[in-house]
Amino acid sequence: MKRGKPITRFEELTPGFWREVALEPGGELIARCFACGTCTAACPVHAVDTRYNPRQLVHMILLGMRERVLSSDFIWLCSGCYTCADRCPQGVRVTDIMTAVKNIAAREGYLHPTFRQQAELVGRFGRLYEVEDFDNKKRQRLGLPPVKKTFPEVQEIFRMTGMGKYTEAAEANQP
Amino acid sequence: MKYALFLGCTVPIRSQNYEVAVRAVAARLGIELVDVEDFSCCGFPVKSTNAQTTLLMAARNLAVAEEQGLDVCCLCSACSAVLTETNLELQQHPELLRQVNRQLRKIKRQYRGSVKVKHFARILYEDYGLEDLRRHVTRPLTALKLAPHYGCHFVRPKGNYDAFDDPEAARSLDELVAVTGAEVIRYETKKYCCGGAILGVEQTTALGLSGLKLSDVRAAGADALISICPFCSVLYEDNQKKVEEQFQREIALPVFFYPQVLGLAMGYDPKDLGFRLNKVRPDEVLAKVLPAAVA
Ligand code: SF4
Ligand code: SF4
Repeated sequence: MKRGKPITRFEELTPGFWREVALEPGGELIARCFACGTCTAACPVHAVDTRYNPRQLVHMILLGMRERVLSSDFIWLCSGCYTCADRCPQGVRVTDIMTAVKNIAAREGYLHPTFRQQAELVGRFGRLYEVEDFDNKKRQRLGLPPVKKTFPEVQEIFRMTGMGKYTEAAEANQP
Repeated sequence: MKYALFLGCTVPIRSQNYEVAVRAVAARLGIELVDVEDFSCCGFPVKSTNAQTTLLMAARNLAVAEEQGLDVCCLCSACSAVLTETNLELQQHPELLRQVNRQLRKIKRQYRGSVKVKHFARILYEDYGLEDLRRHVTRPLTALKLAPHYGCHFVRPKGNYDAFDDPEAARSLDELVAVTGAEVIRYETKKYCCGGAILGVEQTTALGLSGLKLSDVRAAGADALISICPFCSVLYEDNQKKVEEQFQREIALPVFFYPQVLGLAMGYDPKDLGFRLNKVRPDEVLAKVLPAAVA
C-alpha cells in the first residue's frame, strides 16, 4: 500500500470490486460489514503490527480500491487465525475474505514470493519439503516408517487448477 | 479405536519428536494408528494462492482415507483445519461434492463423504476420554507447571469442530494437561496465534507474536509451553533464539508436544518420547520429574 496519498481518487476506484470478492468462497457476506472494528480489535497480528488492519482492508474493498488492495503487502499478513471471523457481529468471514483477496491477487500476478515458493514446492513434491534420503534414514533410526517423496496426483491437480500460471505470473512480477 | 494417521508435511521431517511420542502413547492406550503412504500435503500451504487447489488436495486425501475405510487422525492443527473444513463443505453441499468428484476422477479417486477428521488431542479428549487417560498415569508430573497453547485451528473457527470445545473459553487442552498431574498455568495471551503463517512474509511481526506469548508464559512461571501443532513449535522452539535477539532478553523456555508430557506421566522413559530432539534443552525440566534421568 502506498503511503502519503491522502485523497482517494475516483478514477482509481472499481466500484464492483466487493462483488468480485463476494463471489469467492467465504466472501459472500462482505457487504454486511458496518465498520465496527471488532475484527481489528480481536486481531493478534494487529496487536503487534498496527500497519495490518482488517477493518481497513474490508473497508477498502467495499470502497472499490481494487488495485491498492491487490497490490498491498498487507493482505499477506493475515495469519488466518479466525479470531475475527468468530467475533464479527455481522457474521462477516473476514479470514475467508482475506483468502479471497489473496487468491484474486495471485491471479493478477501479485502472489507474494513466500507463497509462490510454497506453491512451487507443493506442486513439485506434493509436500512443503523435499524429502531427501537423509530424512528417511533419520526416520528409520528413530523407528519411523519412510515417507513418500513425490505425488504425481498432486502434480495433476496443479495442472487442473492452472497453478503454474499464478507462480509464473508472480515470478514475472518480481523486481 | 483405529484411525488413518495423517502426518502432513512438517511432522515427519521437522518434528519427529512429536511423531515418536504420539506413536508411543497411542500404542499404550490401544489407539491404532495406520500409516497411509498416499497421504500428501493437506493443501493448507496453497490456500492463500488458490483455494480451489486446496479443496482438491484435501478432497483427494479424504478419498484416500475413505478407500482404507478409516477416519483420519491429524497431528498438525493446520492439516486438521483444512481437512475438517473441506470435509464439512463436501458433506453439506452435494453439488460441490459432484463437481469435486468430476475433477478427482481424472486422478482415479472418488470421495463419498463418509470420513471423520479429528486432531489427535481431540481424540484423546473426546473419544478416549479424560477418565480413561487418567488411569494410565503412573508418574504424575506434580513438580511441573505447564502452559497450554491451543493455537488457532484446534478450536477455531467455531462451528467446524462439533463444539467439542468453546474457542472463547477453551478448556480441552487445559484438562488434558491437568491429567498429567502438572499444574496448569494461566496466562494473558493464551488465545494468541503463533504467527507461523506469516513467518515468511514479515519475520519481525511473526516473531513479535510468538515472543509476546513466550515472554508472557515465562513471566507466569511456567516450566514449559505445551504445543499440539508442529508449526506452532517451529515458531516457539526453533525460532526462540531469534525471538530472544529481537526482544533482547533471555527466554529459554522449553516447548513440549502434549504427547511427550503425557508419555512422561504414563511412565515412559524420556528417550522413548523424542525429548532428545527438542531444541530448547529440556534437561532441567525433566530432572524435576526424574531426578536421575537424562534425556
Ligand atoms: S468485525 Fe465485522 S462488521 Fe465489524 S468491522 Fe470487522 S468485518 Fe466489519
Ligand atoms: S484471521 Fe487474519 S485478520 Fe482475522 S484476526 Fe486472524 S490475523 Fe487478524
